[in-house]
Formats: sequence, structure tokens, C-alpha cells
Amino acid sequence: MIRLLFMLVLFGVAFPAAAATDHGTLAAPFEWPTRELFFETLLLKDYNTRVVTLGVLIQGLACGVIGPLLLLRKRSLMGDVLSHAAMPGIALAFIIMTVLGGSGKSLAGLQIGAILTSLLGVGTVIFIRANTRLKEDAALAVVLSLSFGIGVALLGLIQNMSGSNAAGLEGFIYGKTASMILSESYRIAIVAGFIVLAVILFFKEFQLLCFDQNYAASLGWPILGLDLLLMGLVVIITVVGMQAVGMILMVALLIIPAAAARFWTDRLRNTLIISGLIGAVSGWMGAVWSALIAKLPAGAVIVLVCGVFFGISFFFGTKRGVLIQLTRHFRFQLRIAEQNLLRAFYELLEKRNVLPEDLGEDSPPAVLDLDALMEVRAWDHRRQLHRIVRTSIKKGWLFERGTGCYSFTRNGMEEAVRVVRNHRLWEAYLIKYADIATSQVDHEADRIEHVLDPALVRELERSVLGESAHINIPGIRSHV
Amino acid sequence: MFEWYSSDTVVVLVGILCSMACALLGNFLVLRKQSMMGDAISHAVLPGLAIAFLITGSRDSSVMFVGAAVVGVCTALFTSWIAKWGKVESGAAMGVVFTLLFALGLVLIVRAADFIDLDPGCVLYGEIDQVALLEPVLFIQDIGIPKPALTCGFFWLVNLLMIIIFFKELLISSFDPALSNTQGYSSGLINNVFMVLVACTIVAAFEVVGSILVIAMLVIPPAAAYLLTDRLGVMIVLSQIIAVLAAVLGYLGAAVLPPLIGFSGTSTAGMMAVAAGLLFVLAFLGGPQHGLIARMLRRFKLTLRILCEDVVGLIYKMEERGLEPQRVQVNELLHRQMGCRIITLNLAELMLRYRGKLDVRSGTFKLTDSGISLASKIVRAHRLWETYLEKHLDQFDVDAPAHLLEHATSAEMSDQLSRELLAPEKDPHGSRIPPK
Repeated sequence: MIRLLFMLVLFGVAFPAAAATDHGTLAAPFEWPTRELFFETLLLKDYNTRVVTLGVLIQGLACGVIGPLLLLRKRSLMGDVLSHAAMPGIALAFIIMTVLGGSGKSLAGLQIGAILTSLLGVGTVIFIRANTRLKEDAALAVVLSLSFGIGVALLGLIQNMSGSNAAGLEGFIYGKTASMILSESYRIAIVAGFIVLAVILFFKEFQLLCFDQNYAASLGWPILGLDLLLMGLVVIITVVGMQAVGMILMVALLIIPAAAARFWTDRLRNTLIISGLIGAVSGWMGAVWSALIAKLPAGAVIVLVCGVFFGISFFFGTKRGVLIQLTRHFRFQLRIAEQNLLRAFYELLEKRNVLPEDLGEDSPPAVLDLDALMEVRAWDHRRQLHRIVRTSIKKGWLFERGTGCYSFTRNGMEEAVRVVRNHRLWEAYLIKYADIATSQVDHEADRIEHVLDPALVRELERSVLGESAHINIPGIRSHV
Repeated sequence: MFEWYSSDTVVVLVGILCSMACALLGNFLVLRKQSMMGDAISHAVLPGLAIAFLITGSRDSSVMFVGAAVVGVCTALFTSWIAKWGKVESGAAMGVVFTLLFALGLVLIVRAADFIDLDPGCVLYGEIDQVALLEPVLFIQDIGIPKPALTCGFFWLVNLLMIIIFFKELLISSFDPALSNTQGYSSGLINNVFMVLVACTIVAAFEVVGSILVIAMLVIPPAAAYLLTDRLGVMIVLSQIIAVLAAVLGYLGAAVLPPLIGFSGTSTAGMMAVAAGLLFVLAFLGGPQHGLIARMLRRFKLTLRILCEDVVGLIYKMEERGLEPQRVQVNELLHRQMGCRIITLNLAELMLRYRGKLDVRSGTFKLTDSGISLASKIVRAHRLWETYLEKHLDQFDVDAPAHLLEHATSAEMSDQLSRELLAPEKDPHGSRIPPK
């Protein structure tokens, strides 16, 4: 898996050429960076790029690490809400600072305002959900749109304010990665480091909070406190990071790496690591590309890189990826088809009373041709039957005796007996306990026979043994 | 306070129509737990606008509209695919889709900004105040109606018609998708058609009034209406009323409030959203059934009733032993036993005196006749329950559960208990059970 991830990273680095030509067709042709410039930027030789890239990289790491916790608590869109809830805080802080005679654009002041209103927003969501009959989604949407409205109204006030200089507030909200300066980069690094550390320290607590909140509460853990801690961390990283990548794209960093990581693993620890890596690599590559190519907004590129990772994970993820799911599905289908073939084969022989007692190579010629098989069961068409016969031969269950005629091998016979036995045990069970008409049980049993595990089979044997006089259950007769 | 011009009428009219059109659809978004869809689509349409422009090269609104509507529908589709195939929680799937589309749109617009006049601000944030400056296309009396008003009105009508025609289908698929499927109304298809409607309305309203008003009006009026009623029809009507109120109050607020606190003006759309929020708070506080005040009142009335019953029960028992219950004594006992606050006890006493159950003479309580009949009902229930619990459930501590049950036992139930227990005269403690 680590090798796979490594390949993903390589792929991501090789990707800009393709992406760039795409955009090239849409807009004016642009300067394609020289090879030297490319590696210079990639390896962070340039001072400005280094500052920006490191800041965004660390931020991506922190968002990636905390994102899965939000995802598991079904609060992914909380990031969206609290980044909107930061707007009134920024505007209010600006107004207050200006009225008090300051410049109004002190970064720390604006960020404190944003953090306060974001926390208020989170609190309001939790309050609405707990005290009204509105569901989570409506609570989120109400708080989001209301705080957005207040933010817009306050920004409107500011724009009409006499003697204030509001230019740049928008940039704070919509992000301006390229102009990040060293102190901001440091600030992000410190905050992000703090968040990663907090997640590591409280890993066990957060894990239980995400998976089984009630159990955690029964252990006497302060659930509300932990919840507030988690949301507080999210608020801080959102507000601090918003300036770098913008409001909406901040939301993406919290959600996309987390959602992508879940395709690779079921373990929370691994999810956090993978998600953090995706976030960090996306930040790094996004920043590098936007530095290399003119007119590529860094925030958007970072998110698109995240999106590429998500797409790859969505299709190729080793745990829940679409391909692996499809493969599992087809394997299961094939197994069912094979078992159906074996049972049909067995029952045909049984009907003709030519079931071999001894299962040797030199057993009597219990031979079947496909035409006979075609009649027993509604196969889709002959080709399908051929294919299944071929895979069964490959697995050593059948062998060919002359053209178009087949016989059981010893293994094949054993497997067929097992399948038929499962089928008939279930039929007997249905007749005895479920009160289903005898003519109906075949269809029901047809569906269940493929998924009976040995323990269940033993249980069935015990409960229907000796009561199924009219059903001939192979492999059980000897016990009776 | 300020002069009202015909331009004010136009802006308010556009605000009202747009709010109503959005709120109409929002009812179903809230019921379907898709409230965040408004916010998601409003961000996600950006690449649709950009691509439509890049392909046709015109800023004609109908082209823009098609592009945005297509992407809006795609947002809903992609979200449901990712949620279904990737087994991602639907909120997160929505987050993935709309942030990615927004980022894509941003890149397209910035890349293309060299030779076209298109920036995120101008496509995303229409400003409602500007509709008054547009050329009117229609005159009703003296008021010139600009095109945006007609657009919003048209979408309101379309939405209204769709909801009226497909009310049954929407209702059933919103409340119970599985039932809807078994009845032959594909909930998936209904959902997709509905999303087309939502996307088109959002995009149309966007261009006119900007995203904030759309996002707010899609959710807040329906959510407020949801707090006020249990019936879908009533909820839709209420959401329309709230939307109108929000638009009017918001406009007035934007005109009147800023000068009061020393500013010269603010965003009208923002204030309309704020007004909607205030109406939501009002609904949350004052809703008749689910409102905070109504719930607190109900709880308080219940508390008071139980306390009154406890007070008369206690006085009854004291009088039974020939004691003369003093107010101080009764209050002290109840305060110690049940932690009642003295102020609620005083309220209960006032209530009992007002209802003529209790006489107070210089600090001594005395039950009136109707007080005695109430008290004997309570004490009878209490002691019958004690007997019952002791006899049938082998309860060791019978007093506490009987204390809870006595308040929820009707006279008929007491009679049944009495019959069941063969009309006992004494409870397990040896106290007399009052007759009927």
C-alpha cells in the first residue's frame, strides 16, 4: 500500500504537463516553465516559493489529520459553516478596531474575531439540533446562511464607512496564497503543529468519541469537553488557514483528503496518516504549480490536486474503491455460477441414477453433455455455460471426456455434494420451520445456499436431521 | 422616516418574488435533509458559467443560465453517485463535489480573465439594489418593472405549479422514499427532476440578487415554518409569508438601521437574510407546539400541577394525624424532600388559594372541601399503588414509585386498582386508604 501511495505521489508530480496543456487550449498560450525553473521550484530553492509552499504543506497536513475525525462524526460540512461564520467576526473586529482608532487590519485582531464567531456558530448548530426538531443539515444550513447574511450586511456597512480602508478584507476571506509572508507561514506552521500534536495526544479519546460516543460517556469521559476541543481545533485551523487558501477551499482541505483516505483503510490511525499525507502533498504540489505557471490561483490548484487524489482513491482504493468493490462482486457472481453448475450437474446424474459411488478416475462414465445441462437450468446462453465449465475445469472440478462431455473429478464431486447438501438442508429447514410450501422452497434455497458457512451448516444438520425423510440429503445419509 | 420612491417598490418586489420562489423549493430541501444543497449548488455553478462563456463567447444570460443549470444538476448527481458507489456520507460527498467544482471554476475564470470580462465577483454576487437602475420592460401604473422581477416571478409560478401538480409525489418521496418506490413513483427520478428545478431557480435568482439571498431564502423560511406546524401544506404557506416578511423587513432595515448607528448604508440582500434569521428566532421562541416558550410553559404547568397535588396531599396527611400544618413546616418538608424552590412553592400556594382548594389563616393551612376531595384522590391513588406494588411486584421500597404514579392515575384507574386488590382499607404502612 505504501508503494501505491508513493506511485500516487510520483503521478501527481508528473501530472502538471497534462493539466497545463488542458488549460492551454482554453486560454491564451502561456509560458511553459523551463526545466531548470521547474526543478528549482519543486525543490524549493526560491525563497518566496519556499515560504509559501512550506506554509501550505503544513496546513494541508493539519487539515488532513483532523478531517477524518470530522468525517466520522458526520460533521464534514461543519467546516463550511464555520468558515462562513468567520465572516461576521472578521467584519466586526475590523469595525471595532477602526472605531477604537486602529488601522482595522491587524491580522491577530481579525483572526480572534473570526475564531470567536466561528465558535459561536458551532455552538448555535449544536444548540439548534438539541433544542428544535430540525435535523443536522437544516441546523447547519440555517447557521451558515444567517452568518453569511450578517457578514455581508456588516461588510456592506464597512464599505460605506467613511474614512476606512476596507480593501483587503475580501482577500482575507477569499484567500491570497501567493502573497503569504514569512510571519504568516510561521503562524500557520505553529498552529498546524499544535493541532497535529493535540490529535496525537488525544488520539484514543477522539477515536472513541468518533466511533462510540455513548460508550465513552459511560466510561466517564467528558464528551462535551472532548467535542468542544475537537471543534475548537477545527475552528482554529480554519480561521488561520482561510487566509492562505480561502474560505471555500479551506472546506475542501478538511473534507477531501479525509474522504479519499477512507477508500484505502478501515483503521482510524492509518486514515489519519494517509489523509494527512494527501493534504500535505496536495498543498505542496498546488503551491509549486501556481508558482510555476502564471495565473493559477494556488488555493484552487491545491483543491484540484486533492480532487485528483480523491478520484484515484475513489476508483483504485484498496478497501472501498469502486474497482475493488466490482471485483469482489464479480468474484462472488462467478462463485455462485460455478456452484449452480455443480449442483445442476449433480442433480442430473442423480435423476439418471448414474451417480458414481466411487470417485476415482476410472469411475463409471458419468458423462454429461452441455445440451442436457442447458435444459436443467435457465442459463443466459450457451456461451455463459461454456465459460463457467471452463473455469470449473481450471479449478479441477470437472474434466473433459470426449468433445462436449464432462465428468466430475474427485474434488468436483466433493464440492458438488457440499453445495447440494447446503441447498437441501436449507430446503428441509424451510419446510420444517418456515411453513413454506414444498414447491416454493427450491427457489428460496437457491439464493441462500451460496452463503451458508460451516457453523450454520452444522446447526442446520442438527435441527433437521432425521426429519427430512422425503428430501435426500447427500453426505448425511451415512450418519442416520 | 424616509421617502418611498417607485424604485424602492421595484427592489422590494424583486426581493419578495425571489424569496418566495426559493422558499417554495426550500420546504422540500429541508424535509429531504438536503438543506445544504443550496449552498453547494450556489458555489458549484461557477464552472458552468465559465464554460458556457468560453464556448459561446457571450455573456448573454440565457447561455449562462443553461451552463449553470447543467452543472447544478451535475452537482446533485455526482453527490449521489459518490455517496452510493463510494459509500461516503452524503454531507461529505456534497462537500467533495462542490468544493472541487468551485475550484475548477475559479481556475477557468482566472485563466480566461486575460481576454474576457468575467470575474468571480460579477457572476457570483449580483446586487439587488441595482435592479432599480435597469431599464423597465413593463409598466404597471407608474412603476416600471425590470426584467429580473419577471424572471423571479416566472420561476415562482413554475415552482408553484410544479408543487401543486406533483404535490402527492413530492410528499410521499420526501417523507418515505421506500414507500414511494413501492407505490411506483421512483424517488430517484422525482429527486432528479426536483434538483433540476432547484438548480434553475438558484441560478436565475443568483444573477438578480446574488448568492446570499438565495442561500438564506432556500433554508431559513422553510426551517422557521417547520418549527411552527406539522402539516406540509401549512408549512409551505407559512414559508411564503415568512419569505415576504423577511424581504420587506430586510429592505426597511437596510434603509433605516445603519443611519441610526452612524453608518451610511449596508447590503440590502444581507439585511434580508438577517431579517429572515430574526423571524427564525421568533419562530423558535414562539412556535405554538414546538416553540421554546410553549415547551417551557407546558413543562412549568406540569411542574406546578404536580407540586399543587403534592402540597394538598401533604396537608391532607398532616390533617389526618390531627396536626395543624404550618406554612413554614410544609415548605420546609417539600423543600427538603424534593428540592422545590421556595418561590415555586409560593406559586403553588397562590394557585391553590385562587382555585379555592386552600385556606390560609395566619400561616396555617386548611383544605377547603374541594381541596379535600382533590387531596383524597391523590392520597387514595398513592396508597392503592403502594398496596399494589407490595402485593404484586414484591417491591421493597413502594413509596417512591407510588409517588411518581399517583400524579398519572385517574379516578377510574384508582377504582380499578381498588377492585383488583379487593377493596383494601389499609396500605402496607397501615394508613387508611381514603374511600372514593
